[in-house]
Amino acid sequence: MRAVITVIGKDMVGILAKVSTTCSEANANVIEVTQSVLQDFFAMVMLIDIEKMTCELPELHEKLENNVKEMTIHVMHEDIFNSMHRI
Amino acid sequence: MLNMSDIMETITMIQDENLDIRTITMGISLLDCCDSDIDKSCEKVYNKIYNYAKDLVKTGCDIEQKYGIPIINKRVSVTPIAILVAASGGDPVKYAHTLERVANDIGVNFIGGFSALVHKGFSPGDKALIDSIPRALAETDHVCASVNIGTTKTGINMDAVKTMGKIVRETAELTADRQCIGAAKLVVFCNAPEDNPFMAGAMHGPGEPDCVINVGVSGPGVVRAAIAKAPDDYDLTQIADIIKKTAFKITRMGQLVGSEASARLGVPFGIVDLSLAPTPAIGDSVAHILEEIGLDMCGCHGTTAALAMLNDAVKKGGVMASSNVGGLSGAFIPVTEDAGMIEAARCGTLILEKLEAMTAVCSVGLDMIAIPGETPAEVISAIIADEAAIGMVNSKTTAVRVIPAIGKSEGEELEFGGLLGNGPVMKVNMTSPAKMINRGGRIPAPMHSLKN
Repeated sequence: MRAVITVIGKDMVGILAKVSTTCSEANANVIEVTQSVLQDFFAMVMLIDIEKMTCELPELHEKLENNVKEMTIHVMHEDIFNSMHRI
Repeated sequence: MLNMSDIMETITMIQDENLDIRTITMGISLLDCCDSDIDKSCEKVYNKIYNYAKDLVKTGCDIEQKYGIPIINKRVSVTPIAILVAASGGDPVKYAHTLERVANDIGVNFIGGFSALVHKGFSPGDKALIDSIPRALAETDHVCASVNIGTTKTGINMDAVKTMGKIVRETAELTADRQCIGAAKLVVFCNAPEDNPFMAGAMHGPGEPDCVINVGVSGPGVVRAAIAKAPDDYDLTQIADIIKKTAFKITRMGQLVGSEASARLGVPFGIVDLSLAPTPAIGDSVAHILEEIGLDMCGCHGTTAALAMLNDAVKKGGVMASSNVGGLSGAFIPVTEDAGMIEAARCGTLILEKLEAMTAVCSVGLDMIAIPGETPAEVISAIIADEAAIGMVNSKTTAVRVIPAIGKSEGEELEFGGLLGNGPVMKVNMTSPAKMINRGGRIPAPMHSLKN
């Protein structure tokens, strides 16, 4: 089972570090990261393995919101993307 | 492997284009709650609904968080209460209070099924229920009522049409101090679907299983945004293709959420209703889709054609995305719930007669339309009869949900708030159809009902 974390907002130092630290604290393994910075706009998509995660997705979302301020963060199970974009 | 642009597309749909699951509706059969004593019957109704649906809201919220997709409403629909009234007798408003109590206790937004199916005639239970609708809707907040007065197979019960004109007026009068909200919770149907998850017309038909989960998706904003991204020189075939692809994606999400809800609750999954249901929020309007296709304002000539194409493309896209499609499935055009329609009605571009034409090609009918308070019951009955005739002859569902704005006249506004929105009181042709309505009887089933 995997989930997707997306972080969007104004670029600043340490976003990736904070997100991956939060993931490691929850025992979620990072599988893939794609990030881009266009002018001041930061967008990151991270794929994580949640098989052995020590908390539920909503809890992880809450921790991320607390640790990474002023950014729009979505944490979604990968099934939603698979079902929407694949036949 | 997941694709970055697919992920960002989904996120944009949810974050900027108001994509959501409009409702998870649990249909519950109350046929085994019948009792000759109305109080015992009410107690069984309460217990059954409570036991089946107590975890519905929590499950909805959990799924919402797992997939990061908003699920706006969690609702319950039940067997038409007129069937229970037939067995128990007594004052049907007791059932309405029971439904209200259980709706509050399980935390759902609406509970539908204070309904009667009278397309060919009334049983005593039907009569009692219909007469009690005004009081039931005035004394409760979450209960929704519907009455089916015609089908393609049976024709139109004009006695019921006549009665419903009066009932709609009375319901509005009893809630005149609350923006006539009662009438917003009452729908009169022709060809009512038995598995519709959308309010106010949701009910759990007698042909349905004991318990079932139905899902209603939404997403007018997503469709509008997809068309907006298309180049101006795209022809209508290409636009229809864009709508189809978008509808496919939206419906897949409904299918996913429905299957998950059904597995978690241990209840069979019924259908996905792939309706485009607008809200008053900016960017969530069906009228704006039509305007994006190329109309200056919804209601101008060309609106019916654009809506026909939209409705058809939504179905074509959605059908492949879901294993079972049902309910109303198409584009909704509720005036007070759609920012673009409200605007068009205010400036007079969108008129009642145009809306009637639009209902011939879209999924429902005259929906959430405020009409002048002085509109006589016969005129309301005649509006219902016209709509039912369109549904009967075209073998489609049509419905009427008009709100007589008691004490207000054309141009003034009703303000319901929330998803029900607000809107101007629209002009109604007051020439009297009273003689025809008072004739009563039945309009015979049309020729093409004889398919056997």
